[in-house]
Amino acid sequence: MDNLLVVSHSPHISGKNTVRRTMLDVIIALIPAFIAGVLVFGYRAAVVTVTCVLSCVIFEWLWNKIMKKPTTVGDLSAIVTGMLLAFNVPVTLPLWMVVIGAFFAIVIVKQFFGGIGHNFMNPALAARAFLLASWALAMTTWVAPHTAVPLWNTADVVTSATPLAAYAGTEGTVQQLPSYLDLFLGNVGGCIGETSALAILIGGIYLLARKVIKLRVPLTYLATVALGTWIFAGHDGLFTGDALYQILAGGVMLGAFFMATDYTTTPYTPVGQIIFGIGCGVITVLIRVWGGYPEGCSYSILLMNIVTPLIDRVTAPKRYGASKRRKEAKA
Amino acid sequence: MMLKTFHGGVHPNDMKAPTAGKPIVELDPSKEMVYPMTQHIGAPATPIVNVGDYVFAGQKIAEAGGFVSACIHSAVSGTVKAIEKRMHPNGLMVNSIVIEDDEQDKVCPDLKGCGDYTKLTPKEIIDVIKEAGIVGLGGATFPTHVKLSPPPEANIDYVIINGAECEPYLTSDYRSMLEIPEQIIGGLKIVMHIFGLKEGYIGIEDNKELAIETMIAVASKVKDVSIHVVPLKTKYPQGGEKQLINAITGRKVGPGQLPWQVGAIVCNVDTSRAIYQAVTRGLPVMTRIVTTGGDCVKNPGNYKVRIGTTLSSVYEQTGGFVKEPAKVIMGGPMMGMALPNLDVPAIKGTSGLLAFGEEAAHGFEENACLRCGKCVYACPMRLLPNKLDEAARIDDFKALEKLNIVDCIECGSCAYSCPSKRRQVQQIKVAKDKLRAAQQRSK
Repeated sequence: MDNLLVVSHSPHISGKNTVRRTMLDVIIALIPAFIAGVLVFGYRAAVVTVTCVLSCVIFEWLWNKIMKKPTTVGDLSAIVTGMLLAFNVPVTLPLWMVVIGAFFAIVIVKQFFGGIGHNFMNPALAARAFLLASWALAMTTWVAPHTAVPLWNTADVVTSATPLAAYAGTEGTVQQLPSYLDLFLGNVGGCIGETSALAILIGGIYLLARKVIKLRVPLTYLATVALGTWIFAGHDGLFTGDALYQILAGGVMLGAFFMATDYTTTPYTPVGQIIFGIGCGVITVLIRVWGGYPEGCSYSILLMNIVTPLIDRVTAPKRYGASKRRKEAKA
Repeated sequence: MMLKTFHGGVHPNDMKAPTAGKPIVELDPSKEMVYPMTQHIGAPATPIVNVGDYVFAGQKIAEAGGFVSACIHSAVSGTVKAIEKRMHPNGLMVNSIVIEDDEQDKVCPDLKGCGDYTKLTPKEIIDVIKEAGIVGLGGATFPTHVKLSPPPEANIDYVIINGAECEPYLTSDYRSMLEIPEQIIGGLKIVMHIFGLKEGYIGIEDNKELAIETMIAVASKVKDVSIHVVPLKTKYPQGGEKQLINAITGRKVGPGQLPWQVGAIVCNVDTSRAIYQAVTRGLPVMTRIVTTGGDCVKNPGNYKVRIGTTLSSVYEQTGGFVKEPAKVIMGGPMMGMALPNLDVPAIKGTSGLLAFGEEAAHGFEENACLRCGKCVYACPMRLLPNKLDEAARIDDFKALEKLNIVDCIECGSCAYSCPSKRRQVQQIKVAKDKLRAAQQRSK
């Protein structure tokens, strides 16, 4: 044998799972919500999403070029961030704001901290919070489903309240609340990708089936929101809240399945994930019931992102066999 | 039925189909047989023959170099050609005895069985095992006589034969269970006799249905004692000693503990076979079953190889390669050792020989850790491989010790499960070596 053999440490085989495959799964899982967004809000939803995704990918590529790093566009994570950010803005948002949001998500939140795997906050949610703080009016200009929204000059459209705002009674007018069916199908006002619980559930089930995510976070998150709003969010005292309405309306479904399950910014320990889900739920309820803001999902996840390293540290798995000395107990 | 298993682990494709149906075929020795003095965990053996001596097949050629060590026997008759440094499968130059085979196969006249072993004391049986040079033939190669000699305070109530064979590709234990089940159960009965037990266990993964059936059929005929065949969930590393004990007994071998401390003794299928042959026929470890596989070999199969046969001879006799291998692994793909070349001999721990081509030989490029936690779920020892990996890369020994690096069994489940293709276990192994070196320096 003339050729030298390759010598390396074991293991010599690796699983089929890759970062790219994982991100592709998330993209596939987001497609039902994308379709629902376009059906509910019209072609402009598609324009916003494509603009956002393209901006994210271009910013990622540019950053790699400028910093002379190997390009990481191929891992598809920028596409996921782009889709999630687009799903978290209203369909009426001016496109230049979408581009700025993408810049904030990719460059400031993700790349400034070291790129994929190193950001401590969810880039899409941080960018949404940034946009909301910067252009509060544009970020809360909601339209009723199937309103014709012009591509440019969206400021003049007839606005409507989101289901959560209507429930909380903010934004002045008393409105007819949408039916559960409308909420479930997504036939209501809100951000592009958050309205259809059905579409998000389809994507969520796909992710669960592909073992990309575990049920722990979505389940504890949604259960906590349901319990908390049932107890506290009623208009007629304790235990009169409409929990189902609260879960179907607003962004908790999207948040629970797609953002609170983000690998990088949430705990990896099983116990930690349960704490994270409950924590997100508690903060969401606090904001929705007592805060001045009808939503609360994105802030709850961002706040829990910050304590994630701490949660991981205190919930590290117990050392194998250290807890019980069965043999001694038996003797 | 809920199958018994352990917490964590991974599910690699078992790749056993190409060789599972291949009966064991006996191979010839090579003209030159090489016996490295380290084929076991512990002190190297000491040669007791001189250059020019004539040796018989089965004759002891090296004495154990201490209590934790094992003696070595020639598998052929012939002349000692040299005692010199030769390359060991691990890539190091190791003192070795080289014997030229005279192709006469003159068997050492001293070899004879003990007759009725139930008349012997445990000490006497263990001495027979020690003299036969038996080590853990699953691949760990820990001297068996040491394992069978726990301190007097040990209260052994479980003797387990490890038939899990959880490494992908390998089917040598599977074939042994199909072809010589009586010998394996015979070995188990001897170990049970040593500890005065009436019950014994054989753990087999449920992807080896035929082996389970065969062993149950043979076990049911055993009189006086009862042998339990326990089907286990097919999951890697089901055959890890701690994992197997946990699956079968529910007990956990804790940090720094040895199996006897939870009352268990585990022997591999082939070790059990060796114990049986040593006690009943006086045969030392001269052969072992080797599975050959991988995408480069022409005739993957199970072969009975004499210890000391050079691997190039093994491949010559079995049809060689269909394409040039770029990486050859001794053992399984999860924990096996990549070989420096094929001029090294088959040793006691050679359970498999896997030859892979260029594409499979090189690992994937590493990406940044996503913190997905897959390695944390996969780790059967409940460690944090992601954190160990991080600390190992910057030589943070304090952090490594705090993260219980010593608990790592190096099964590789972390690296296997990682979507970013990070090499956690590889980093851990390197860090363990560095830690050991640092501790030695400070002494």
